[in-house]
Amino acid sequence: MPKLTLEELAKVREQARKRTHLREGGEVRAKVTVHMGTCGIAAGARTIMSALLSVIESRDVRDVQVTNSGCAGLCSREPMITVELAGEAPVKYVDLNPDKMKKIFAEHVLGGKIVAEYALGIGSEKTDFPKE
Amino acid sequence: MPEKHAETAHRLHLMVCAGTACVSNHSFDVKEALEKEIRKHGLEDEILVVATGCNGFCERGPLLVVQPGNIFYQQLSVKDIPHLVEEHFLKGRPVSRLMYTPPEEKKPVPVLSDIDFFKKQVLIALRNRGLIDPEKIEESIARDGYKAMAKALTDMTPAQIIKEITLSGLRGRGGAGFPTGLKWDMVRNAASTNGGGKYLICNGDEGDPGAFMDRSILEADPHSVIEGMVIGAKAVGATEGVVYVRNEYPLAVKRLQRALSQAREFGLVGEDILGTKFSFDIKIHRGAGAFVCGEETALIASIEGRLGEPRPRPPYPAQSGLYGRPTLINNVETWANVPMIIDRGAKWFSSIGTETSKGTKVFSLVGKINNTGLVEVPMGISLREIIYDIGGGIPGGKAFKAVQTGGPSGGCIPAEKIDLPIDYESLTQAGSMMGSGGMVVMDEDTCMVDVARYFLSFTKDESCGKCTPCRDGTKIMLDILTRICAGQGTEADLELLESLAPSIKDSALCGLGKTAPNPVLTTLRYFRSEYETHIRDKKCPAHVCRELNTYTIDEKICLEVGRGCDVCRRNCASDAIRGEKNTAHSINQEKCIKCGVCLDICKFHAVKVE
Repeated sequence: MPKLTLEELAKVREQARKRTHLREGGEVRAKVTVHMGTCGIAAGARTIMSALLSVIESRDVRDVQVTNSGCAGLCSREPMITVELAGEAPVKYVDLNPDKMKKIFAEHVLGGKIVAEYALGIGSEKTDFPKE
Repeated sequence: MPEKHAETAHRLHLMVCAGTACVSNHSFDVKEALEKEIRKHGLEDEILVVATGCNGFCERGPLLVVQPGNIFYQQLSVKDIPHLVEEHFLKGRPVSRLMYTPPEEKKPVPVLSDIDFFKKQVLIALRNRGLIDPEKIEESIARDGYKAMAKALTDMTPAQIIKEITLSGLRGRGGAGFPTGLKWDMVRNAASTNGGGKYLICNGDEGDPGAFMDRSILEADPHSVIEGMVIGAKAVGATEGVVYVRNEYPLAVKRLQRALSQAREFGLVGEDILGTKFSFDIKIHRGAGAFVCGEETALIASIEGRLGEPRPRPPYPAQSGLYGRPTLINNVETWANVPMIIDRGAKWFSSIGTETSKGTKVFSLVGKINNTGLVEVPMGISLREIIYDIGGGIPGGKAFKAVQTGGPSGGCIPAEKIDLPIDYESLTQAGSMMGSGGMVVMDEDTCMVDVARYFLSFTKDESCGKCTPCRDGTKIMLDILTRICAGQGTEADLELLESLAPSIKDSALCGLGKTAPNPVLTTLRYFRSEYETHIRDKKCPAHVCRELNTYTIDEKICLEVGRGCDVCRRNCASDAIRGEKNTAHSINQEKCIKCGVCLDICKFHAVKVE
């Protein structure tokens, strides 16, 4: 490692920030859930996850949270994701591939416009039943 | 570059606390288990496990914070990990049973920033705690590490740096609270002696019982200290620095060593730093653990290889310090504050705190308190906020009695002063001191005479013996306190304590002796009646001083509730208990050695103590 100059220190900072910005908290613009039950993984959910992570990295997006969950219940339409923009109802997408994922990311997650042709529907099943 | 990171970004960062407290609770095993389970599920490219420094909430370790989301998991063990990884990190369902539930509440609080312990804290010295891996310099740089140093080395003159520190109002965090800017100015203006340069020292000889501020800063963020020192070196014109750290802090020493070698490799310490022609290097000196070496002249003697004993001042280290050269010596926490002041400006720093005490202070909150841990709070916060809001109050519903601040050099502040705002002046007025930041909380079961006796036994042991007031004075005070605790004290003892304590304060050579009487003086001031009860009634109101206790058995409870279970008799070491199964038991006071075993062991609360 050659010794740093001022400019190189700033460069190291920029590079390192890209890897650690997730820890900084702050407002999250959107949450993307990749459904990764056995059915989802078998249908290629892993490639969806990789595509999603690489597009986030290449565009240096810092306010999108990526998570995964189990089977969404519609195994025949996997791989599936759910996109939730802050303050909006979740949207489920079905029959995905990496290219579709990238398009959804650009248009819906970043652009705010639902990609109707890949969407299954808006909203989620009811899960919050009152306790006895 | 020391290490190449994975090409794709991770979606989750698991911040495992690897401060000394969590490590001793096996947090490295938890980390290993996490990594193993993550590999098992093929998630290693998506999830990064990071070992951080102390998170602060030591009571609840081992700790894990999941980012993004700031989800706080606590009291983890290896057996929890497979379930946690599968549920939360694979299936995306956070596990509420591993989250923190405040005492007397039922619902867990998932997010760290919603937990009362963290809510009122303001992090300056601990700004990177839990957010970086202290063994990777890039992570410190990502959080603006060495940015202030770059500014100081290129855009600021020494006079400008000192002016900024002076205007910020920063005062020494090691104990005495001397204005930092003033000290720097003195060293800057001191003429070089012996034809050599000037020295810089970081005092990490933390020795107060129950205090771990410096250790945690060095473990969680060693680069903040290194950066502060380089800025200080430029300001005063020093060329060499020493970090004096206790050898009992192996993790702090290791992380500091690693940080220094990485900083050297990056050209952030050493020759020609960042190509600015400014050179400054830092060595680590490991102390053998004598409390008195926290005193600056004793510390300097220890670095020079002499006995760690203080010498009279003046000359102050600013004029004649290490090897007779002008020396700037500041505490770990003081150094950690410096980069933030240079980066954000004196105005920002001085907007936090009180009129005379600016910024924040790190305290180690220990003793009879629900949330033991390391807290950083703005100056001026009340004791009540620290003890009840952050500390979560006293365990077992007991009453708060007093808090000892400033360690053995400090004093006990009683419950009636709970709304005291914490700053240098208010603590001194109350008879205590800020000290380095130890805060020992005591409840109603604490005997204040015994507390004074404990601290005096500490200072008596740690007194270096060079000056008579400290060497003999602490011994005499300890003897008196021991007598009082044993029920052999007299009224004259109190008078002797009251005349001896101020004269030791006035005449001792160094800070150790000058402050050693503080625990006695404050307990006498606020809890005099407890001393009197020990002397006149031969009783210890808190039942701590065993020789003053009388143990009896309530025969009714023993027989009717406990049915004469006989456990006490079988466990009595001195055969002082009479009775057999199904009969009421009683204690023969002549044989009783007052060990208290019967009291602890009786399930039916039939044993009473007076």
